[in-house]
Amino acid sequence: MTELTKLTLSAARDGLHNGDFTSAEITAEHLNAIDDAKELNTYIEVTSDQAMNMAASADAMIKDGNAKGMTGIPIGIKDLYCTKGVHSQSASHILDGFKPEYESTVTSNLWNDGAVMLGKTNMDEFAMGSSNENSYYGPVINPWRATGSDKNTVPGGSSGGSAAAVAADISIATTGTDTGGSIRQPASFTGLVGFKPTYGRCSRFGMIAFASSLDQAGPLTKTVRDAAIMMESMAGYDAKDSTSINVEVPNYEAALTGDIRGLKVGIPKEYHSDGMPAAIEKLWQQGIGWLKDAGAEIVDISLPHTKYALPTYYIVAPAECSSNLARYDGVKYGLRVAGDSLDDMYKNTRAAGFGDEVKRRILIGTYVLSAGYYDAYYLKAQRVRTLIADDFKSAYQKCDVILTPTAPSEAFNLGDKVSDPLAMYLNDVFTVPASLAGLPGISVPAGLSSDGLPLGLQLLGQAFGEEQLLNVADVLETAAGFNIKPAKWWGE
Amino acid sequence: MSVDKETVAKIANLARIAVSEDELESTAGELNNILDWVEQLSEVDTDGVEPMTSVVAAALPRRVDEVTDGGYRDQVLKNAPASEHGFFAVPKVIE
Amino acid sequence: MSNLYQGATGDWEVVIGLEIHAQVISESKLFSGSSTKFGSEPNTQVSFVCSAQPGMLPVINDECVRQAIRTGLAMGCQINLRSVFDRKNYFYADLPQGYQISQFKDPIVGEGVVTVDLEDGSTKDIGVERLHLEQDAGKSMHDQHPTMTYVDLNRSGVALMEIVSMPDMRSAEEAGAYFKKIRSLVRYAGTCDGNMDQGSMRADVNVSVRRPGEELGTRTETKNVNSIRYMMLVIESEIRRQVGVLEDGGTIAQETRLFEVATGTTRTMRSKEEAHDYRYFPDPDLLPLEFSQELVDKLAKEMPELADAKRDRFIKDLHITSYNASVLVAEKESADYFEELLAATVAKTAKPVSELGTLVSNWVTGDLFGALKKLGKGITESPVSIEHAAELLNLQVDGTISGRIAKEVFELMLETGSSPETIVEEKGLKQVSDTGAIETMIDEILAANADKVEQYRGGKDKLYGFFVGQVMKQTGGKANPQVVNQLLRPKLDG
Repeated sequence: MTELTKLTLSAARDGLHNGDFTSAEITAEHLNAIDDAKELNTYIEVTSDQAMNMAASADAMIKDGNAKGMTGIPIGIKDLYCTKGVHSQSASHILDGFKPEYESTVTSNLWNDGAVMLGKTNMDEFAMGSSNENSYYGPVINPWRATGSDKNTVPGGSSGGSAAAVAADISIATTGTDTGGSIRQPASFTGLVGFKPTYGRCSRFGMIAFASSLDQAGPLTKTVRDAAIMMESMAGYDAKDSTSINVEVPNYEAALTGDIRGLKVGIPKEYHSDGMPAAIEKLWQQGIGWLKDAGAEIVDISLPHTKYALPTYYIVAPAECSSNLARYDGVKYGLRVAGDSLDDMYKNTRAAGFGDEVKRRILIGTYVLSAGYYDAYYLKAQRVRTLIADDFKSAYQKCDVILTPTAPSEAFNLGDKVSDPLAMYLNDVFTVPASLAGLPGISVPAGLSSDGLPLGLQLLGQAFGEEQLLNVADVLETAAGFNIKPAKWWGE
Repeated sequence: MSVDKETVAKIANLARIAVSEDELESTAGELNNILDWVEQLSEVDTDGVEPMTSVVAAALPRRVDEVTDGGYRDQVLKNAPASEHGFFAVPKVIE
Repeated sequence: MSNLYQGATGDWEVVIGLEIHAQVISESKLFSGSSTKFGSEPNTQVSFVCSAQPGMLPVINDECVRQAIRTGLAMGCQINLRSVFDRKNYFYADLPQGYQISQFKDPIVGEGVVTVDLEDGSTKDIGVERLHLEQDAGKSMHDQHPTMTYVDLNRSGVALMEIVSMPDMRSAEEAGAYFKKIRSLVRYAGTCDGNMDQGSMRADVNVSVRRPGEELGTRTETKNVNSIRYMMLVIESEIRRQVGVLEDGGTIAQETRLFEVATGTTRTMRSKEEAHDYRYFPDPDLLPLEFSQELVDKLAKEMPELADAKRDRFIKDLHITSYNASVLVAEKESADYFEELLAATVAKTAKPVSELGTLVSNWVTGDLFGALKKLGKGITESPVSIEHAAELLNLQVDGTISGRIAKEVFELMLETGSSPETIVEEKGLKQVSDTGAIETMIDEILAANADKVEQYRGGKDKLYGFFVGQVMKQTGGKANPQVVNQLLRPKLDG
């Protein structure tokens, strides 16, 4: 028998449909593997009983001939998604004990298609971070280590638990969320495919908000095909989210034709940054070569405001978060720390409940919105954001998709950047611009760094151009032929 | 623009986060680092540029006026740290 | 007319602006599907959205948008086809999101002017700066527990229209008249029920004073004033206080004050908040609100008739007095009652409205309002149904009873609840119009009072009333006055 935890989503689907194995079998094997990988700290909560019940239902669905792409597939869900009656705290202390009485739309869609929940994955608190070291539940450990090293590396963030879980084969796929790169950067750090669709493609209903104008759901998977299958289930219009867009969800998998002849791939000159590791620059050139060989036309483009994307992001996102996180006040749910007055209770609760990075961003956000600074910071940033979006619009006059590196480095060691917020922020330099423009992006594992750690290449698409984007990503994936797994050092 | 201890105290109060006296200085330093860095946006000429209100080019959907929700008090109060007689309960407020 | 306030050291001009919060009439809340019904058990009309549970998102109620447009149209304001929802950030126990969704820079309704009627019969134009849509907060109860405040979120998220006036009012009377005018407009437009005792309409009152012709003084804002009488008390006490402070050489602090019913004055809020910094910014959960001019035109076309138009029509088409017309349209319910009764009376009497307007309006504003006032009831609680009232008026129109008898019958209707026809029948109150019988009676009266007949014929005209009175006395008031006149005068004039 195949080792069921090693299966890709598409292989698991095919096997389930053919009756080669059952969802109960795959699910049980994953639950065992999760138990064996506790030291990676990927799951905050494992829902074993629920998983086995869901697997049984999925097996019945398959038996009845009602199977869909996700039926019977065991997946981990980022703790940011509200799942009814189950731990949903965005890895924050302030939501202590919170179990929502409702289900997020994205997870509902997955459950309706018969997917199986293994548990809730660890993450940076409220999705703020790029290394998954900001969780109340402790850092997530990347299954990947540098060649010959026994030092722990970070899985990236904020969807670090979701990424590490798939990389360690303790989940076939996971949901992540991406605000400024929180799916794509961890995918790059862990050798996975990470896909952020167009803003508005997935409903945000039931996703614990970080920065509403940027947050989008997406999958972390082993292959591009897996991402296509999972996105088809997650996506869709939702009347409960006013920013959700009423566009029909296509069959993404059918878009993977392998034919990209004549397609124009833009290479933005501004993404060549000083101090970028040679391996990354080299990989990018290789990527260009692979797509060219597949028949694509390479065009040089310019996204002139790229360097302003990060500072813009670090005004807009904290501003929104300072307001979004105001509801955590010890009144309706979660933590309450007593105080002599209502205001004292608020202050004590929020001081104890939020971690340092979250507090930092709330304070920055409060400052940039406050009287006298709003125009200089917030409004200025939103104007620059318009320019950044316009850059992409102009670029897409000349090309169909854009190819860049996903992140400026490989996975770094745990603890290396925690004391330097700005150095941490720079991780998102290549992912943030598309987030600000609401455009889809996907990270595809393409090679290894000189230290033997995975590196991803990022493809960016046009609004609702997911089919084309996935097709190019599939071609890139095939050409790169990345099929290396981290050597197992954890567990038994 | 640079924030001092007093400004940090003011913002922390607006954000309702208790920051102790000895944390004010270091917090001011951290915030200044970030603010100095984002300051580079002032280089960008944004004259006549509209601020982004939404990346989505769509109209705000409007729902039909019907009662479709509510009526489940127990669920609403279920996660509350304190509730009494069907109310949320908080430390007494003096107006 | 001078509106100056005489202080100890000279005249002061008062500047008043009002921010009226009017609760929108809708089934469900502004951004969630919970009910807006008043007076339910605590937290029973609360959804996960209006209790700001994690991950919940707002979706706007179309009817609330339409109601705001209608109200804007009723006030003759500019309607903005594109507006933006902003978050107003502050912490309070009954504000579950930690922010209120409101409209700051780009409201749905822009400037306009309303004309108010003042006591002395003059009118004044008051500018409306804007109307915007926003969420109401929940309700905090501070007196239910010794150490706790209780929070009920039933009202949280109900749609409010905040109607902001220009600082155009110069006296408590003008402010009261303006408030009444807005209340009438929203009630006629059907956008707010104007029920102040249920908090459906309340005002933040901004008052400042200055020496005539000088710059605006520092204003104070008194929050949540929920009756017109209180509002006028607030203004009067603030004028006295501010003038007192200034004349003593002090300065006015820009602050929020609370009205205390017990003393009829205002006081500083004890929980002095830091200088407000609401950090408004566009709500990223919502896109800009956009609608077409066609929608505005359609709503304008469907707009119910408002008070001023109704009053003009009453005067022009129904020939009723301007006084009666004004009294009738002052409250929408009175105007509705009048129009329904008029229609019912037309149906019964088969006479044109123009002939009945005066009769019906006199009856409503005189007899009915008088009776209701005595009973302490409003027009919607009238013990006399439209059907019975129309029957009563019809009996008068067709000559079955006289106006005087009608008043008697109405008294009995109020007492017994019986129909006027039954009362007239049972009590034998039918008017006597039998010329033969009345003529005989007149002859007898003239014979019995020959001396008075002489005096009358000798020029003492006033005695005519005496003879009429005698006929009425003998018939118990039931003689048809017209028949009496027709017969009596020729006989007397002989």
